[in-house]
Amino acid sequence: MQFSFSEEQEEFRSMLRRFLEAKSPPSAVRAQMVTDQGYDPDVWASLAGELGVTALHIPEEYGGAGFGVSELAIAAEEMGRALLCAPFFASTVMAATAIINAGSDNQKRTLLPDLASGDVIATLAAAEPGGGWAPDQIKMTAARSGDGYTLTGAKSYVLDGMNAGRIVVAANAPGGGIAFFTTSADGQGVSRTALKSMDPTRKLARIDFDAAPVELLGDAAAGAEAYAKTMDVMLTCLANEMNGGAERLREDSLDYVSMRMQFGRSIASFQTTKHKAADMLLDVELSKAAGYSAASALDDDDPDARAVASLAKAAASEAYFQTAVHAVQMHGGIGFTFDNDTHLWFKRAKQSEAFLGDANLHRERMMQHWGTEA
Amino acid sequence: MTVEQVRADVQAYLKANWDPNLGLVEWRLKLMDSGWSMPHWPEKWYGRGLPLGMTSVVDEEFAAVGAVGVAKMGIRVLAAATILEHGTDTHKEKFLRGILTGEETWCQLFSEPGSGSDLAGAATRADLKDGKWVINGQKVWTTSAHHAHFGLLLARTDWDAVKHKGLSYFILDMHQPGVDVHQLKQMNGHASFNQVFLTDAVIEPEYQVAELGEGWKVATTTLMNERRGADSARKYDSASDQPERIYEEERAEIATVMAPYTWYPQRMGRVDMLVERAKALGKYDDPATRQEIAKVLTLAKSAEWTARRARAASAAGKPQGPEGSIGKLAASIVARAANLAHTTIAGPDAMLTGDDDGTGGVVAEILVSTPAISIAGGTDEIQRNIISERILKMPKEMRTDTDRPFRDVPRNQV
Repeated sequence: MQFSFSEEQEEFRSMLRRFLEAKSPPSAVRAQMVTDQGYDPDVWASLAGELGVTALHIPEEYGGAGFGVSELAIAAEEMGRALLCAPFFASTVMAATAIINAGSDNQKRTLLPDLASGDVIATLAAAEPGGGWAPDQIKMTAARSGDGYTLTGAKSYVLDGMNAGRIVVAANAPGGGIAFFTTSADGQGVSRTALKSMDPTRKLARIDFDAAPVELLGDAAAGAEAYAKTMDVMLTCLANEMNGGAERLREDSLDYVSMRMQFGRSIASFQTTKHKAADMLLDVELSKAAGYSAASALDDDDPDARAVASLAKAAASEAYFQTAVHAVQMHGGIGFTFDNDTHLWFKRAKQSEAFLGDANLHRERMMQHWGTEA
Repeated sequence: MTVEQVRADVQAYLKANWDPNLGLVEWRLKLMDSGWSMPHWPEKWYGRGLPLGMTSVVDEEFAAVGAVGVAKMGIRVLAAATILEHGTDTHKEKFLRGILTGEETWCQLFSEPGSGSDLAGAATRADLKDGKWVINGQKVWTTSAHHAHFGLLLARTDWDAVKHKGLSYFILDMHQPGVDVHQLKQMNGHASFNQVFLTDAVIEPEYQVAELGEGWKVATTTLMNERRGADSARKYDSASDQPERIYEEERAEIATVMAPYTWYPQRMGRVDMLVERAKALGKYDDPATRQEIAKVLTLAKSAEWTARRARAASAAGKPQGPEGSIGKLAASIVARAANLAHTTIAGPDAMLTGDDDGTGGVVAEILVSTPAISIAGGTDEIQRNIISERILKMPKEMRTDTDRPFRDVPRNQV
């Protein structure tokens, strides 16, 4: 595993940070979160065009830049820090990764270039209403129909489900075992309903399939491993995204207590405040180390990569929410108001705790894969 | 007077006078004349001078026939207690009647953006100009300010005095041009509080309460009553569903007073919902979930029993032990643990809100409301200071703000 970033990676991070500071300040986040679409198409176009983040980990032969998970994770971390409202996670991290891992050469040639350019937004539908992202929680099973397949049933908690032009679906193949299928979002038998999201910066949808014709991605027999590998990348990027948000909250809280006076002195001079600030640093730094290590392990094909990805998500679930709770507390009453920005990250922290499975689920997944060949 | 006599008297009074078809104010005026409205208050002021311990007997007899009492909810209770203790006869004459009939509502203008935990650091100015007090400053976290007729105001009248000695206490008429009320929206979407901007608001000199410079002492009375009320507030939150006119009017009154508090049970973490939710979502047999629920129940039950020990000690006249002071901090810890347990139980549904979260938004409201309990009414940090310094008698934090003129104390400029 690599324990430091290269100069190029650091440069990429600072370029992206500058861009996001300009394009995704809290005022922009607030403006987008109250819209149905939830993102600014111009910012998305710049992210895809000038910065090329939508192409990052897509192989060059399919229109991408050929970077690894580490670069993708840097992008996720910076977006989490800025609380960027954009379909990057759904389209690039989730759907493109699924296609990279499962698709045939021909399918990748057809589907990936449009995702790499950002011209098409895609998403991945996996969890079902009341279910979750663990393979045994996915009950939807494809039916054969002539040469192809159809899907019937409901998927929920689908990130940017209303924004997506293409949907990748995780469902069981007729013979059993998870596989990825895909359809155009306006395909026959597909209907979408917006859900009320606890975190308004992240739009969710329910998607109902009624004998919807879908295309199987690649070979069904390899589907389970493709799903697991895709989950590893999603977990790693989510963990890094969460750590970016946690670090931002930690820094903002420190700025606030340094400015706030009570009892005739800076509240930062109280030992209770200092200890809390120190605990926050510890929580965030430990979680960042786990997030970076997961990305590096995936890039290195480390045999423990799967366990480390789940470890990173479990760690981030606890660190981000704990940091958010501390952040509100450090701000005091003002931190509980809507006008203060802390709650924007607090809600992302709470939603991310559950997204892709909570800490309990991932501690268990980590234990199942630790010390075994991934 | 013995308990039996009191019971017989109040029974006789209610038998002769209670009529649910009276108007609410009409009945309350009658009640106030009889002295049964606030039996522990002096006879001169709507009471009978009974010991506080006997009021529960009166309450029982009222409850037995479903008789409505005087208005006892909201900030008006704090106003009544403060005026009764520190007010002049003019104050009592002018304000107690409207408080008890419920016709006038009140708010408490203490907290400021720059003085939260440090309440005595209030920097709203009261300056005497042409024989009237002129008020300038900003107050915050003011429940009910948007409909209040009067406000209990803590303002600084002497900037050369030390912090706690430069404050004075006033009754502010909220319906005047210098008072500007803005609702304050919270992260959970409710707007239970207000910001109050005071710009050359005017107070006649007779509405100063107690002597100049005694504002902190008077505020302490208000705050002690607020703390006492926090324990008993819950029993007033439900109205009778009887059809008669007086109940209808009382329901409307309760709805207005309670409107800011609908999310308060959620900020405590709704421990009562955990088992039922786990069963409903098929998580009740999941070992990890069971462990989390059990941990929360252990905390919550222990906190509840601690509160009961405190009440039992006080009822038996024993000196209060530490159990009386740890309740607020314990509630904060319980609420945080319950937030996590609800998240575990909800699974992916924790990502949703409103009608989509499966509970009509109640669980979503828990998840974004529990931080409030660690801040409102004394932060966790302040509670820990109280426990360590007052209960454990540990050395006090060194103070640099109480030994010099307030104008020289560093503070944020708002």
